[in-house]
Amino acid sequence: MSDPVVVKPPGGTGPAGAPRGAAANTPAPPPEAPIPPQTEVEPKSPHVRPGDRIFKGLATGSGVFIVALIGAIGVFLLVQAIPSLALDNVNFLFSREWSTGDVGNMRFGILDLFLVTVVSAAFALIIAMPIALGIALFLTQYAPRRLARPFAYVIDLLAAVPSIIFGLWGLFVLGPVLTPIGEWLISSLGFIPLFAKGNVSIALGGTIFTAGIVLAVMILPIITAVSREVFDRTPGPHVEGAIALGATKWEVVRTTVLPFGKAGYVSASMLGLGRALGETIALTIILSATGSSFGWSLFDGGATFASKIALAAPEFNDPRSAGAYIAAGLVLFVLTFVVNAIARSIVAGRKEYE
Amino acid sequence: MAKRIDVKDLNLFYGKFHAVQQVSLSVPPRNVTAFIGPSGCGKSTVLRSLNRMHEVAPGARVEGTVQLDGEDIYASTVDPVQVRRTIGMVFQRPNPFPTMSIRDNVVAGLKLAGVKNKKQLDEVAERSLRGANLWNEVKDRMDRPGGGLSGGQQQRLCIARAIAVQPDVLLMDEPCSALDPISTLAIEDLITELKKDYTIVIVTHNMQQAARVSDQTAFFNLLGVGQPGQLIEVDDTEKIFSNPTQKATEDYISGRFG
Ligand SMILES: Nc1ncnc2c1ncn2[C@@H]1O[C@H](COP(=O)(O)OP(=O)(O)OP(=O)(O)O)[C@@H](O)[C@H]1O
Ligand SMILES: [Mg+2]
Repeated sequence: MSDPVVVKPPGGTGPAGAPRGAAANTPAPPPEAPIPPQTEVEPKSPHVRPGDRIFKGLATGSGVFIVALIGAIGVFLLVQAIPSLALDNVNFLFSREWSTGDVGNMRFGILDLFLVTVVSAAFALIIAMPIALGIALFLTQYAPRRLARPFAYVIDLLAAVPSIIFGLWGLFVLGPVLTPIGEWLISSLGFIPLFAKGNVSIALGGTIFTAGIVLAVMILPIITAVSREVFDRTPGPHVEGAIALGATKWEVVRTTVLPFGKAGYVSASMLGLGRALGETIALTIILSATGSSFGWSLFDGGATFASKIALAAPEFNDPRSAGAYIAAGLVLFVLTFVVNAIARSIVAGRKEYE
Repeated sequence: MAKRIDVKDLNLFYGKFHAVQQVSLSVPPRNVTAFIGPSGCGKSTVLRSLNRMHEVAPGARVEGTVQLDGEDIYASTVDPVQVRRTIGMVFQRPNPFPTMSIRDNVVAGLKLAGVKNKKQLDEVAERSLRGANLWNEVKDRMDRPGGGLSGGQQQRLCIARAIAVQPDVLLMDEPCSALDPISTLAIEDLITELKKDYTIVIVTHNMQQAARVSDQTAFFNLLGVGQPGQLIEVDDTEKIFSNPTQKATEDYISGRFG
């Protein structure tokens, strides 16, 4: 089988088929004397354009750099965390205790931090997702162009507000406003664990409930902006096809815009979730500290990974207690990584459909 | 089912731009009318005004009347969505819904109209696909995405989608321009078939196609750049192609245009 293939190039198809290596071998047989000049010139020029090579080098270089950087951060966290983990007197993953003050007897576990982080971020996502969807649909499908532009601009502006401002606003403005609502929820829906009386004073408003709503406002612009972008790209022919079939505005949205933009919307939400999981300063300000552990109520206080670490700065002078916090940071790092990977796989799944 | 179309003193605008001027013509039921003419003369614009798709473009405006069996589709009491449900449209580029299966594509219009009965939907899907000469090619993969078909198959899928709702009129805007000669012939045969049940208006740049499939031909022209397009003449296809009244028509179909 392979013999005829080897013989073929000298027969005349050389320029197309033979790469540089083959071209060096073929000039030996005399019959195709007029062809070699071509074979020698052709393979060289198209492959080694300097611009392409520089660009390829640059792109590969930056790709490798990013991966190496992320790897280095992971390794750094790991190296710092391992000695402290060895000194931990309780199970790191399943303990709710956190005391690192006495470095001779460190007892720290991340279960509570993990739960508070995930519950507050998930609560934020549940609030933000439908609102962002509504806003994105309104801006792309219903709002007149003249209105859509400034409106979108205002939403984007929300993303530019510093987290510290959100934190102060949450503590001093939103918290007090939410207190009566929280009290009402506790008294009427208190039998559901999520709405049970929490482990911090509701009068101060430093609850996961307040924190989640502030987080929702913070991630709203991210989800809205990405979804708006995706919905705007719904192919015109599909929209026209639906209209010509007699679809109403909402039916056009349902049959073309939503199926087309669904994956983009979900991955936008995952981006928002990643942001909510890592949010630090706003939650450090809002969440009330508590001595008791998380009881699955939105009216609990506590700390997330990020806020716990931020509050512990005074302890960082001892590498052993600092290592405990770095270990917690490592878990957060992995958590956001997983969320991003999920978002990415959703986006990849969407490509197949196009 | 098939209905008669009467267009009277139709003027079409895109914002300030007067795109088409003073068109009047009639299309009898169970008849194929071809729109021919140079690019930009307003064929698509007129076609899209027949199912109220014209007004979907921002700033677009319509003057004059379009009657379907004597009823003005532009009357203030008429819902454009309802009009589009009774007039099918096939576009130049096949546009099946990519996220829907072949079956769902065909019955999309019925689902919009509120039909939920699965058995009925399956029957309609089969009947429409047979009507569009596509059934044998797709019957084993009804649940695969519609975007996975070839261009010609996609166009026939779009035709199946348009006839699934049993419309009164079928509008086609250069339905074969993206297709190979064999798919083109298949669709021309299909048009001749569909003529038994539907009133058809087709835009085409292909003179032979107009001559082959249509009973009546309307020639549109542009008097100059920036001027509105006009209907030069409309007559039996045989007459237009053998002995047109207007010199411009004769020049255009004999290729002496411009
Ligand atoms: N959405 C739109 N907005 C503004 N002007 C438009 C729009 N669509 C078409 N036009 C203009 O209206 C005129 C008629 O366009 P139309 O698409 O009806 O031409 P056509 O005869 O179908 O041409 P073709 O044979 O190239 O498809 C053209 O001058 C075109 O530029
Ligand atoms: Mg056109």
